[in-house]
Amino acid sequence: MSPVGDRARLEARVAGKSLLSASGQRVPVIADLSFALEEGETGALIGPSGCGKSTLMRILAGLDRNFEGKVHVPAGGRIGMAFQEPRLLPWRSVEDNVRLAAPEASDEEVATLFAALGLSEHRTHFPGELSVGLARRAALARAFAVRPTLLLLDEPFVSLDAPLARQMQRDLARLVESRSMITVLVTHDVDEAIALADRIFVLSARPAHVIGEIRVESPRSAMSGEESRSLAARIEVLRQSG
Amino acid sequence: MAARLISFIALIGLWQIAAHFGDPRLLPGPMAVFAAMRLEAASGALFVALGITLARVAAAFVLAMAAGSAIGYAMGRSALFDRVADPWIIVLLNLPALVIIVLAYIWVGLNEAAAIGAVALNKLPITVVTIREGVRALDARLDEMARVFGFSPLTRLNHVVAPQLAPFFAAATRAGLSLVWKIVLVVELMGRPNGVGFEINVAFQLFDVPLLLAYALPFTAIMLIIETLVVQPFERHVSRWRPRAA
Repeated sequence: MSPVGDRARLEARVAGKSLLSASGQRVPVIADLSFALEEGETGALIGPSGCGKSTLMRILAGLDRNFEGKVHVPAGGRIGMAFQEPRLLPWRSVEDNVRLAAPEASDEEVATLFAALGLSEHRTHFPGELSVGLARRAALARAFAVRPTLLLLDEPFVSLDAPLARQMQRDLARLVESRSMITVLVTHDVDEAIALADRIFVLSARPAHVIGEIRVESPRSAMSGEESRSLAARIEVLRQSG
Repeated sequence: MAARLISFIALIGLWQIAAHFGDPRLLPGPMAVFAAMRLEAASGALFVALGITLARVAAAFVLAMAAGSAIGYAMGRSALFDRVADPWIIVLLNLPALVIIVLAYIWVGLNEAAAIGAVALNKLPITVVTIREGVRALDARLDEMARVFGFSPLTRLNHVVAPQLAPFFAAATRAGLSLVWKIVLVVELMGRPNGVGFEINVAFQLFDVPLLLAYALPFTAIMLIIETLVVQPFERHVSRWRPRAA
């Protein structure tokens, strides 16, 4: 076990985080939530919608520092993030979007990424010319291109139809496994969490905390249907208990 | 394009007809104006006046756009600065152009700095308000994206902020250009010894309408050409990423 403060370790302890509601009341969103991930691991956060997952991601990304607790991100501090919406610059081409975020990425690296995500023919297109699925792929390419030490994926496949989401999950799994970084994936899809994560953290309803943690034994690609069903059942039990 | 051309020719035709039935001293026909224009052009006086006035338009315009954009940006970004500066902007917006011009000439003197400054000051608040609107409409989600990916301030300005402000900047340019050149003529008429505005004043003193139009029309034409060849292509360029309306 690596000590706290190790270079490649993500440790998040959020003792409390509240947001102001429209009526000006403080609403607690996260309470006593903590989890940790080691280098090369992928952690999935699954929980009911509106439980504060996106708030937690903003804290991990350093966008929100107004919380109680402490977040230790891997040294080097390069963060790649795929937001719930693609958040591409509409006035720049797909390739420029990637290169602006990752100026050090070589031509070869960018080309490899585009090939892996099926974007090669779309590099000169503007985001407005892309389908939702392609725009999400472009956002993933951008997140990977920065060679992140911490990769944050906030429901990257939400609102895609199931076959497309599965296809993108497979592409993503290949990319994640080819790198040694820490990945945090927010999802409400149990199958997606099982397909991609090494550890699954089941979150409660608001204010969010970790109800339970499940380890997924690698290699996932070899996992039988029965194993994944039993995992899904365990997750379901935890979710009910929350 | 054809419709525009026909409309323009119809305007000239109407002018010709009106001149034919009216008093030629009050409304000379197109040919009389053209003759006066040729005379002024032959002596070179027309080009000198146009050049001087264009230089004043350019100076006042650049000054107002630069200062106005900077102030507007700051007001859009900082709520405190917005509250502090807003009353000033409102006063400036509602101060008649003439008052600013007269005060500038009285306080600064009958010189070029007062003239250009007064014009710029008239244009400034409109630029400020337009750019401020643009800054308020900036997409916070793209801002967050730029922060997460660690964009440098220059990259942020060039690739995140500027493209979002470009339509507002183009609107300020378009509105500003037409305002500036009109006010420049007034400033020249009141306190400059040269330029189109000065020549128009001379024509007014002499009650020489062909001379008046001989200066006013070429200048209007130049501003129209700038609008068509510079401002509109710029607008098209900055909005080329938008899916085209069919």
